[in-house]
Amino acid sequence: MSGPMDVCERVLERVGGRAEAEVTVSTGTEALTRFATGFIHQNVADAVRGIHLRLAVGGRVAEGSANQADDVSLDRLVQSTLDAAGLQPVDAGWPGLAPAADAPDVDHWDDGTATAEPAARADHVGAFVSAAGELESAGYCSTEGIEIAFANSAGQRLVGRATAATMDGIARTATSDGSARVSSRRLADLDGDQTGRLAVERARSSADAGDLEPGHYEVILSPNCVTDMLYFLAVYGFNGRAVEEGRSFARVGEMQFDRSLSLADDVTHPVSVGVPFDAEGTPKRRLELITDGQTAGLVHDRRTAQALGAESTGNAVLGGASFGAVPANLVLAPGSASRDELIGSVRRGLVVTDFWYTRILDPRTQVVTGLTRNGVWLVEDGRVVRPVTNLRFTQSFVEALGPGAVLGVGSDLTLVGGGSFGDGAFAAPSLHLASWNFTGNAKG
Amino acid sequence: MFEFADAAVEAAIAAGARYADARVMDRRHESMSARNGEVEGLTQEGSVGLGVRALIGSGWGFYSTADLTTDAARAAGAQAAAIARASASVPGADLELTPIEARQDHWSNAVGEDPLSVPLAEKGDMLVSVTRTMREHGADTANAGYHIWDTTKWLVSSEGHRIDQHIVECGASMDATANGENETQRRSYPGIRGQYGTRGWELIRELDLPGNAARIAEEARALLTAPACPSRDATDLIIGSEQMALQIHESVGHAVELDRILGWEAAFAGTSWLDLSQLGTLRFGSDLMNITADATLPGALGSFGYDDEGTPAHPVDIVRDGIWVGVLSGRDSAALAGLDSSGGAVRGDGYNRLPMVRMTNVGLLPGTSSLDEMIAATDDGMLMDTNRSWSIDDKRLNFQFGCEIGWEIKDGKRGRMVKNPTYTGIGPKFWQSLDMLGNESELTYWGTPNCGKGQPGQIGHTGHPAVPCRFRGVRVGVRS
Repeated sequence: MSGPMDVCERVLERVGGRAEAEVTVSTGTEALTRFATGFIHQNVADAVRGIHLRLAVGGRVAEGSANQADDVSLDRLVQSTLDAAGLQPVDAGWPGLAPAADAPDVDHWDDGTATAEPAARADHVGAFVSAAGELESAGYCSTEGIEIAFANSAGQRLVGRATAATMDGIARTATSDGSARVSSRRLADLDGDQTGRLAVERARSSADAGDLEPGHYEVILSPNCVTDMLYFLAVYGFNGRAVEEGRSFARVGEMQFDRSLSLADDVTHPVSVGVPFDAEGTPKRRLELITDGQTAGLVHDRRTAQALGAESTGNAVLGGASFGAVPANLVLAPGSASRDELIGSVRRGLVVTDFWYTRILDPRTQVVTGLTRNGVWLVEDGRVVRPVTNLRFTQSFVEALGPGAVLGVGSDLTLVGGGSFGDGAFAAPSLHLASWNFTGNAKG
Repeated sequence: MFEFADAAVEAAIAAGARYADARVMDRRHESMSARNGEVEGLTQEGSVGLGVRALIGSGWGFYSTADLTTDAARAAGAQAAAIARASASVPGADLELTPIEARQDHWSNAVGEDPLSVPLAEKGDMLVSVTRTMREHGADTANAGYHIWDTTKWLVSSEGHRIDQHIVECGASMDATANGENETQRRSYPGIRGQYGTRGWELIRELDLPGNAARIAEEARALLTAPACPSRDATDLIIGSEQMALQIHESVGHAVELDRILGWEAAFAGTSWLDLSQLGTLRFGSDLMNITADATLPGALGSFGYDDEGTPAHPVDIVRDGIWVGVLSGRDSAALAGLDSSGGAVRGDGYNRLPMVRMTNVGLLPGTSSLDEMIAATDDGMLMDTNRSWSIDDKRLNFQFGCEIGWEIKDGKRGRMVKNPTYTGIGPKFWQSLDMLGNESELTYWGTPNCGKGQPGQIGHTGHPAVPCRFRGVRVGVRS
């Protein structure tokens, strides 16, 4: 296939003046090496190629996609999408195309990661497995390098590229699992041995855990748990579509969070990954969502922006017309507390490594249920006293982060990736929260 | 397309693989969505490509490409072997494959009305109409949509398989949301995930979305003023068939996936509470519990002719009279577990995903009771239906499921509607409390089009035959 921008131009040429059109072309490689019970059991690589076309004929909108870039395939893509649009009713919410504008000068790219061979990923896996020693281990090492080109008939032209790498695994005793993970735009930043050692330490220290009565406890939540919370705040709260439909908690200008919290969507942040524009070709910029506890902004694509009289914030996602806008690079500002200082400030509470299977019960109140995983410890008077078995929680995330509810913010800002995250990933520090509602334990 | 798969397999074997297979897959997907009386999205997607899998020692290598030329296919085969060789640098015991007959065959599912041939205008009119109706009957937000998949795939293996299949799937969904002061309530039809099958557009006509739009909107509005589900440590709980499909999927289907049991999913999807040493003796549920995994059910979403390893579709007993007797497996996992043959449950999500153990149609065999009989036989309990939230631990034991709607049952009669109903349990204890089972007339082949698994992520299409059931002594509501 010729270069991605060249494919964009060939598609736009075929549309000509018959419609407003925007094209996104993605190319690159995604690879993931997976291990379990101490050996590599799944090892894959995909030569990514995607062509996405959205067009509007007098406000009649249709989308199409293909993965073949020969002339016949592009002719078919354009004609079938035009035909489909012609049969549609006029879309009253069609916001038109993004105007030409420059994107931030962001290039989250590393050649060594983009061209990583399977042997390089296997080396990291081997180091993790060796560090686990006699403990069983499982996890993965992934690399990806994606180039994205965007063009529309309003004159917008953007090209971006991004690499990312993750090492993520668990070590297992007979009664416990311990996890560790690291993500970066550079494979060279990963360390399978160090990651494996941390997983082993967590597994051993959470072995032979005992039950704990459900109830309200202080918690120290890891960056992994906190980014899980940010996902719910983003999708069901800060999403302009959720606000438009009255399903969101977010009220801009109100002190809805503890004043120790500041949250931004920021592709320019040093830890961020991803490209600096969205699926509609709108450049991303740093967007404050929470400033010192005050809800400061919402994320928009062009449709939700038009509906609410705002401007797109560059948060459209492919095929997201019915879903709304999603931030790709949330960064929760770190504090100054070390992990030991956070634990030392707990009167009676729990340290939680991971959340698992979190699902929303009510989007308006952000009540979410889920479980703990990969290590939970009881802390009394600032000291870890024993591991506990996994617990179920049912907790409003907005309340848990509300005014006065955050007792400490860690200094450990951590990028949390997962699988493929070429579109972005969230970063957060650990948090010490005053209360978390655990509603069940291993007995149910 | 067979020629590209042939070239990839030959190249993988030439590069040192002791086994290789390749799939060329051509998939078209069409979806349309409407909101509040307006069509909001129409997408037509096409993808075609080749994925090749090579086995060296204990390790698989998989490589996929959208380049469909003989040279590109050969390069893909060689690349798959190179990846497999890298896998072997962190080795386990050599993987074996259970034997199967190498078939040369063609299979396609029955389709009454080609869903891609139904005019877009007709489809759009239906979605616009039902969302308008929901708005007119109390919904603040009304959504409706459909999905169609038309997939052709060609499988070749180094053992001589040569199979092509054409599978058409479609289905539809709609939902109404009503906003209250500090809450939202939602009702869906036919269920939270809609209803899908390996059928044509006739399935969507049979669903009768227009005939149910007003009802669900009114129910969503009524839920805002309904009392909340009470919190009780133990009550009799009747669960409708849509929620039972989810219950089966989460607490049985995933638990009996052999790759999970073997620890292959330990770091991500999790493991299973089931221990292979107890296969054939462990009591999973009450005597009424009979579960099969059957990819031969006509029209069910998890049906096919052959899985992606070329194993013919066939029914597999999973739980018989309450005893755990079977697993969902593929050729490598079955061999490692010491089973005689693959369960034929290996599928990949598109040409660019490694085939892995996925549910087929994992469902409950019906019993003898009607829903009305269950209600009449319950003095003090709850009825819940339509999944709203789902959460279960990484061993598939400890679950909490929420439903969209519930009713109190008093003295054998359906009483007040309640909102935010939830129930909690531990898998085997819960299933052993099953004491009434819906009959054949209550049976629905529910289809789940969005089962996530694997890294990189894959979306699976699974089927779940289900009937209403009654369970005793279930915790309902959320502890404060």
